[in-house]
Amino acid sequence: MTTGTPATGPSAPPAAPAGDVRASRPADPPVSVTPLLLRLPAALALGLLVLPVVALVVRADWGSLPADVTSPEALSALGLSLVTSTASTVACLVLGVPLAVVLARSRGWTADVLRALVTLPLVLPPTVGGIALLFLLGRRGLLGQTLDAWFGVTIPFTTLAVVIAQTFVAMPFLVLGVEGALRTVGTRYETVAATLGAGRWTVLRRVTLPLVAPGLVSGTVLCFARALGEFGATALFAGSTAGVTRTMPLAIYAAFNGAGVSQGTAVALSLLLVAAAVAVLLAARAWRPGRAA
Amino acid sequence: MSGGEPAGAAGQGTGTPGAVTADVRVRRGVLALDATLRVEPGTVVAVLGPNGAGKSTLLDVLAGLLVPDDGTVRTGERVLTDVRAGGRATVVRPERRSVGLLGQDPLVFPHLTARENVAFAVRARGGTNARAARTEADDWLARVDLGGLADRRPAALSGGQRQRVALARALAARPAALLLDEPFAQLDVRTAAALRDVVRQQVRATGTAAVLVTHDALDALTLADEVLVLVDGTVVERGRPVDVLSDPAHPFTAALGGTNLLLGTVADDARGPVLVTADGLRVPCPPALAAGTPARLTFAPSAVEVRSGGEQAPGSSGGPAGTARWFARVVDLEPGTTGVRVRTTGDVLVDVRPADLAALDLRLGAPLALAVPHTQQRLRPRR
Repeated sequence: MTTGTPATGPSAPPAAPAGDVRASRPADPPVSVTPLLLRLPAALALGLLVLPVVALVVRADWGSLPADVTSPEALSALGLSLVTSTASTVACLVLGVPLAVVLARSRGWTADVLRALVTLPLVLPPTVGGIALLFLLGRRGLLGQTLDAWFGVTIPFTTLAVVIAQTFVAMPFLVLGVEGALRTVGTRYETVAATLGAGRWTVLRRVTLPLVAPGLVSGTVLCFARALGEFGATALFAGSTAGVTRTMPLAIYAAFNGAGVSQGTAVALSLLLVAAAVAVLLAARAWRPGRAA
Repeated sequence: MSGGEPAGAAGQGTGTPGAVTADVRVRRGVLALDATLRVEPGTVVAVLGPNGAGKSTLLDVLAGLLVPDDGTVRTGERVLTDVRAGGRATVVRPERRSVGLLGQDPLVFPHLTARENVAFAVRARGGTNARAARTEADDWLARVDLGGLADRRPAALSGGQRQRVALARALAARPAALLLDEPFAQLDVRTAAALRDVVRQQVRATGTAAVLVTHDALDALTLADEVLVLVDGTVVERGRPVDVLSDPAHPFTAALGGTNLLLGTVADDARGPVLVTADGLRVPCPPALAAGTPARLTFAPSAVEVRSGGEQAPGSSGGPAGTARWFARVVDLEPGTTGVRVRTTGDVLVDVRPADLAALDLRLGAPLALAVPHTQQRLRPRR
């Protein structure tokens, strides 16, 4: 369908030369030059990634699975996880995209310092993040004591604390993903849009963001997945109160330690989380920006 | 919030055609740009010059992407840039200047169809709804002969077609001035020729003042009403393209037009007047100017008769009146329009026809005897 340049409609321009289409890309060479020996460690890596999940599926007690998955505890944890992960992903988008734009358009040492700061939650153990959040927003924390004294607001061990903890650990995934995409696209399209008379907000909305849409989507997916799996910071900053802060990972941990429910429940909940993560990845693959309709 | 002009200024603001005038100075590292420019509506001024001469810097200043150290840019009566030492600087932002840009890379938005790309510019101009913008976009696409391809995305268009979309988009914004930064450089010869025609027609039809940066003499000859040669940040020549290229005063222009230009001083030799260049080459010239006059001598590489050998050292002269004869050596060879172009001592270019190649020794450094009839030489005082 794409090869019919001369036959496109009755008004195909006679002056447009049909022969200068340069869209074709060189195909992969027919003979691979990749060392065959690489396949051994590659297979081991794949096994390490996939086999644990296989074990989980194989060892699951499929008989009690429906009951375990639909237990009130499981549904409550799943619901809380989905709500908080969605909320933190929205927070990451609202705050992280502007940060990514600022980061991508900054130069020199400012850019280096900013990027190091953004990367920090990525390299920090999440438990350390949880303690840090307590020291900032806890009742006697840097900001927390003011919030408590002036407004009577206490954040730790609430659902809001879960969202904040998830946002803290997930934000870098979005910011770095979008920033990378922005740097790749560069500023040339934006300059052209400006010379056409488009204002800054129009350029951002109609040129910059659509151009980085693939990075935005993959960043959002990673961000949501990270929030969904968040455990350490949540455990320390928000605790594990059923129905309030006990998200799926915390419910799995609690179940595994035999607190109230069986290990079978832990396995069942884990499978549920795996299913949710796979669903998110599939949904992201199905939706490709620019390929709609 | 559409980014338009305040209501009071709208009448004489964006889109009003008028001559583009610029008088700017920019110091950037080793470059010291100092140039004046005037482009009438509906005409094209070509800016020629070697790499690093300041051509792109000049365009950036016109587009408002670079603030000059000193100078002004206007479209008609409207001041776009006004920077003076000690004074308060005025620099209208790029999106308010009504100065369009068409570069080597079309930069057609890849996520929009051809129609949406052009409609983007119509909408950015303000005062149009989406539907009217699409209709107008189709008109612009028809004007650049892309009527049937409006629904295609850039990935499904050829390089030349993408550049046409970019031209339609730039014109749809109704710019007072259009900056063309080597827009034909990445196109094949036939596509470039067709696009040159479209650019010329549309610039005339829309009354846009266009500045074309190029290093291709063909662009200047076919498209420009005036050329301006920029070397090391300074305008060394300006005038009608044919005049400037056929009668160059600067070595860069001579090289671009494929003409020999020797700069020197007239001196009297035993057998008649000669032009003595800065590197000591002595070339006999017509007896038109008095000895001691700074002069420039031009002649075509094809007007030079060449033989191998010669007893005299390179650079010496002689021969009967009416013909300039001198000796030189082969410096390098390049493909010519017909045969081989030989660069000889003093950067004098000589065209050798294929039929004459066999009789010549063209190794580097080989001696040559050159001859040009005075009737083929032009000797003028230096400007």
